[in-house]
Amino acid sequence: MEFLTVHGPAILFYLFAAVAVVAACFVITMRNPMYGAIALLVTFLSLASLFLLRHAEFLAFVQVFVYGGGIMVLFLFVIMLVNLHRLKESRLFGQNAPLAVIVGLLLLGLFGTLFVGMAFAPTQAAPPAFVEVDGEALGNSQAVAWSLYRDYLLPFEIVSVFLLVAMIGAVVLGRKQ
Amino acid sequence: MEIGTQHYLVLSFVLFAIGVTGILVRRNMITVLMSIELVLNAANLNLIAFSFQHGNLTGQIFVIFTIAVAAGEAAVGLGILLALFRLRSTTQLDSARELLG
Repeated sequence: MEFLTVHGPAILFYLFAAVAVVAACFVITMRNPMYGAIALLVTFLSLASLFLLRHAEFLAFVQVFVYGGGIMVLFLFVIMLVNLHRLKESRLFGQNAPLAVIVGLLLLGLFGTLFVGMAFAPTQAAPPAFVEVDGEALGNSQAVAWSLYRDYLLPFEIVSVFLLVAMIGAVVLGRKQ
Repeated sequence: MEIGTQHYLVLSFVLFAIGVTGILVRRNMITVLMSIELVLNAANLNLIAFSFQHGNLTGQIFVIFTIAVAAGEAAVGLGILLALFRLRSTTQLDSARELLG
């Protein structure tokens, strides 16, 4: 029992990280996009669990609702709309795979510098992000709401206009000519 | 063993690399759009890890904006996909070589 209380967060982190990476590999290797979409859903859910481990409870639920619910349903609808059974896919990968190898090598170099930098990084865990209002500590959702509607009100409204424009654009693009 | 910010950075980097690989090598536009979502999720993980390390909520607010932008991008991208499918009866990106239609 003591083993679990000490090592529990680390075990959960490695478990969900492994699930996320394996599912992400399935997303880009599956021939049928339907299976890829299911793997993407698994990635989103394990990332939501990782958000919970970093005390971002509100965003974990936003991840489940918006990504797991909204965006995933959009993808599945479009996959069913385009009816991929008629399309035979002879080659899985495009012609710029050599370019991808070069970019991958550059990314590998970045990864190496990241590992070197890890040796010098401070490892102390910070306290969870709380906001105090009238001397009272707020929970994560309340704190995010306070910060969002007090300090970031204008960007929030701009994002709402952006979503309206994106919705109109999607309707115009998807309409029959 | 303590899980620190650097563990989250490594995981975020791996997810980002997988997403970029998917964007670059796949021919199917649906898979490319899903790889873009992977890249945005890797960025979100970074923002939340740094938000926790500094005890500052700004990173979490930015994640909300990123999710909104990702939703708009998915809607417009899938609209373009439907337009391409109506024009060419395929979702392979190789077949969309010019923008004139």
